This record gives sequence, structure tokens and C-alpha cells, in this order.
Amino acid sequence: METVLKATNIVKYFKEPEAFQVLKHVSFEVKKGEFLSVVGKSGSGKSTLLYVLSTLDTDFTGSLEIRGEKLNGWSQNALAAFRNEHLGFVFQFHYLLPEFTALKNVMLPALKLGRYSEEEVEERAMNKLRMMDMQDFALKLSSKLSGGQQQRVAVARALINDPDIIMGDEPTGNLDKTNSQIIFDIFNRLAKENHQTIITVTHDTDFASASDRIIEMQDGQILAK
Amino acid sequence: MNWKLSFGIAITHIATKKKQSIVAMLGVLFGISMFIVMISFMTGVNRFLEDMAMDNTPHIHIYNPLTINEDKIIGQTDSSKNAWYVVHHQRPKNELAKIKNGLLMASLIEKIPEVKGVVPQVSSQVFFNNGPIQIPATISGIDVRKQDELFDLGSKMEEGRLDDLLKGSDDVILGRGLAEKSGVRVGDKVSVTTPEGYNLLLKVVGIFSYGIVTLDDTKSYATLATVQKVLQRDPSYVTDLNVKLYDMQQASAIKARLKAQLPGIYLEDWKEANAAILAGEKIRNIMTGVVSFTLLLVAGFGIYNIMNMNIVNKMKDIAILKATGFQGKDITAIFLLESIIIGLAGGLLGLLFGFAFSYMLSVTPFPAGTFFRINTFPVNFIPVHYVLGVVFGFATTLFAGYFPALKASRVDPVQIIRG
Repeated sequence: METVLKATNIVKYFKEPEAFQVLKHVSFEVKKGEFLSVVGKSGSGKSTLLYVLSTLDTDFTGSLEIRGEKLNGWSQNALAAFRNEHLGFVFQFHYLLPEFTALKNVMLPALKLGRYSEEEVEERAMNKLRMMDMQDFALKLSSKLSGGQQQRVAVARALINDPDIIMGDEPTGNLDKTNSQIIFDIFNRLAKENHQTIITVTHDTDFASASDRIIEMQDGQILAK
Repeated sequence: MNWKLSFGIAITHIATKKKQSIVAMLGVLFGISMFIVMISFMTGVNRFLEDMAMDNTPHIHIYNPLTINEDKIIGQTDSSKNAWYVVHHQRPKNELAKIKNGLLMASLIEKIPEVKGVVPQVSSQVFFNNGPIQIPATISGIDVRKQDELFDLGSKMEEGRLDDLLKGSDDVILGRGLAEKSGVRVGDKVSVTTPEGYNLLLKVVGIFSYGIVTLDDTKSYATLATVQKVLQRDPSYVTDLNVKLYDMQQASAIKARLKAQLPGIYLEDWKEANAAILAGEKIRNIMTGVVSFTLLLVAGFGIYNIMNMNIVNKMKDIAILKATGFQGKDITAIFLLESIIIGLAGGLLGLLFGFAFSYMLSVTPFPAGTFFRINTFPVNFIPVHYVLGVVFGFATTLFAGYFPALKASRVDPVQIIRG
């Protein structure tokens, strides 16, 4: 299996309130189609690591390679375009745009990418919602949906541009057992069937232990497996 | 950049925050409509005063002022000796107000290509006597046809016709106020006495009104010949030349040229004659500018505040848009478009309201008293003002919306998403 993400010697400091080293020379690789869980206590640096990997946080030293491209030193605009095309995100608190329908939320990143016409994008978005079993709620305002429903819409949005890597920051953190299981199954299927890579940060030990591989973080370092 | 997408998001934001958007729009609406009303009214007043003054003011007025000779003759006789002289009660010598070769001069000036025409005049202070009543006034002898052509006197006639002056001799037309004060009507005879004591009986054939009380109370017109007869002067006696140009803005330049060619003659252009009106105009223009600027500034601050608030409320949305691949300039475009939509909508509505208010003002009775004879507020309806209104409104909202939009584009998504 080819390597899709390679992090080498990632070092990051928090400058406020006082200088503090969050990540201490973190290095690891993720293979295509892998379902990876990052676990660790609060403050272990696992979320920070995820945001570094996601290209949202560029304030670090070390090297980050995704799809064989070295992303250090890219402009914010270039990174945004890269995220748009190759990365999908699922966050703990859903983070849908409340003024838009579920369907429109899913469509937005694809409209931004502009690879397909609006009609095609709409059809693809409906397909993704169908995959999440959310097709009946497509035209509802996202703020009117329940937490579990919102999270499924968020996953559909993460998938819309067929990204290589889907990153989740506590994607089940706010969900009950049933909804957590649904999200897990979806992720598992994406990894196995579509060979999309899943990287999630989670507290949920059941969720983590069921994934392909676990990285445990402590004090800014990866614990030996 | 995908403008259509940004526009769609901006519209959705505006539509879901209706109340906020309307308040922001009202600010612009108010600013622009007041701007339109102000500028329409102020320029209306300017035009009204200017029209009224220019009706009666020649672009260049040529006359021969009576002055006291400041050089004391006795002083000139013997300046070498160390002596000084006192002359009490010096008086001007008995000069005529006549312009020498006035009629010839008029025909020569008329040949200048920029000059539309020259009306020679004989003017004098007189008393109108109707029985025991004595009313001080001025009588001007004019070339009736030319005066009508250049100064549109015919349209000011309220009773009788201007041409009636040409039908007989010893005819006169009076200002409305003058006729009322001296108690005469068309067809009546009125006696005119000059300062020199000459007396003539004239027949009133018409009554005119300029709408300016000071003129209507004191002016009267007759033919050149009639006034020359009243004054007992010869037919070459002319006291004023009133020059009308094709372009009144050239008055100063032409005046300077004439002055070089006509030494010893006094020339006055309309700007000098109407200095007070022009100064008033300048002040009104400044006032309009300042008030309009303030109104737009306040509207701009309104938009700035609301957009800032809007962006604080939308931090999460901005973060998520950025995380899913929207670039800084996309975010700027979204929020800038919101300001522009609000600004344009408010601006266009402002024009509509401004027009409506201006129209209402233009039909509102104006309590001018007896000084000006107008019935309603003078209001201009000039398309350029409306274009300016939209342009200013647009520029203000663009400016006011730009900084919040820029701030939005700089939101760090990690900070927001991590809390």
C-alpha cells in the first residue's frame, strides 16, 4: 500500500499564555485506505497534531507530505485549494452552516471546487446524503436537524469532493451510542470499499479499538506501540 | 474566484438576517434620500435666485458713473511750493451720465462674435405723480424689441403687451408694485417728473412683474425716444449699455477685453453685480456638501457596525468555509457583496424616497412673504444628482464593508474550531 500522508519531525510550540512545546518531534506515516485513530488524554497534543496534518495550522516546524506533495511553505490560498480538493473534515460540533439546507451544505465545497456543473453537484450531493441515509432531510435547514443527523450531513459534506483523506476531530464526541456506531460504520466502509484514508482523533475507546490502527499520544509524543 | 457562489451565500445571509439587513439598509436609504432632497432643494434655490437676478442683469453693464474728482484743481496749480490748501465742500462738476458715442459703441460691441446683443438704455430717477401722490422710481428708455429678445421682458407682462409701447409716443409700462402704489391702471395717465424738474404726462399701456418686489416697486420702461424726451435730451443720449453674451461664463474675459479698448468707461459683469447671490450660492453649496457627507458617513458607520457584528456572529461559519477550502478572498467577496447588496438596495430605495420627498417639497407652499413672488419651494430635478447619490451610496458601503470583510478573511479557523 502506498503512503498517502507522511509527517516528519513535527514540532509545535504554543506561545500563549507561556511558551509550551505541544508536539515534540512527531513522525509517522499513514497508508492509503487506512482507518487510523489517534488517542490520548486531554493535553496530549492529539488535536493539535490533527490540525497540523489538516493544513489549517501552519505554525509548526518539520515536514508534512500529503499525496507525495510537500506542503511546507505553501500560501494559505494554495492550502485552501488543496484542502478543498483532497481533504474532508468532520468536527465534533457538526459545524454546518445554519442558514443553508442540508443539501446546500453538502454542495458548497463542490461548488467551490467547480469541477462539476451545479446540476451534477446537486446530484452527487444527493448521492452522498443517500449514503448517509439522510436523503429525506436534504431540503431541511441544517439548524433544524438533530445532532446525529447533522453529523451525518457533515460526513456527507466531507465526502463530496471524493477526498483522499477524511479527518475527524472527535466525530462521535457529541453522539449517542447508536449514532456513533453509524458514523463508525460509514468510516469503515469508506476505508475498505473506497480506499479513502480516515484519520480521527477520539476519546471513544470502542471507536478507536475497532479501527485499523491506533496511535497513542502522551505529552506531545507518540507512545511506542 | 467563484462570484456566483459568493453571491449566493451573501444573499442567503442577508435573507436570514432580515431585520439586521433592513436596519443597515435604512441607514443608507435615509442618507441617500436626504442627500437627494438637500441637493435638489439647494440647487433649486440657487437656480431660482440666479434666474431672478439674471432676468434683469445684463452680463456686462457699461455705464458712466458720476464721481467726485479727487484731484483738487487748486492743488495741481502750484505743487512746487511748500504749501497746502484746503477746499471745503467740493462738488462734482456738472457731468452728464451720458456715454459718449453710446449708440456707435453699442453697434461695435455687437460685432464681437461672443456677444448676443447690446441694448442701449437711458435711465433716470423720476417721480411718478398721480394727483397728490408722489412715488420715487426709475424710468428706463429701451429699444423695446431688443430688450424683449435679450431679456425676455415680454414674458413678464401681466397686463397689456410690450409692443403697445411702440404704437404711440409718450407711453410707459410700470412694475406691478409701482402701479399699485401710485394707484394707476392700464389706460390711465401718469405724470413723470425728473430731478431736473422737467415734467411730462405719460400713458400707462402695460404692467409687468419680475417677481422681485424691489424691482416691481421701482421700475418702469418706455421707449428710448420717450425717455429722452422726458429728460429733454437729444437722440444720442444713452446712459447704459446692457450687453448679453451667448455664454455668461465668459463675461469676465470679454469685460477685460472691452475695458482695454474703452478707457474711462465703467464696466461691470454679472458676477460683480450679483456678488451677494453668488456668495450665498457658494455657502449653500458648501453646506450641501458638508451635510451630505455627514449623512453618508453616518450611514457608512451603520453598515460598518452591522457588518462587524455580523462577522462576529458568523465566526464559526467563516471557519468552516475556510476549513472546507474557501480562500480568504472568497470570504472577503461574500461579506463585501453583502455590504454592496445592502448599499445598492438602500441607495436605490433612497433615490426613490429622495425623489418623493423632493416632489412633495416642490409642491409645498413657500411662505416667502412679499419679498419673493414664488408659491412653492424651488426644487430641481436633475438626473446627475441621482446618479451621484447612487455612486456615493455605493462608494460608502463599499468602503464601510471592506474592512469588516477583510477582517473576516483573516479569521483563523483553527482558533474558532478548537474553541
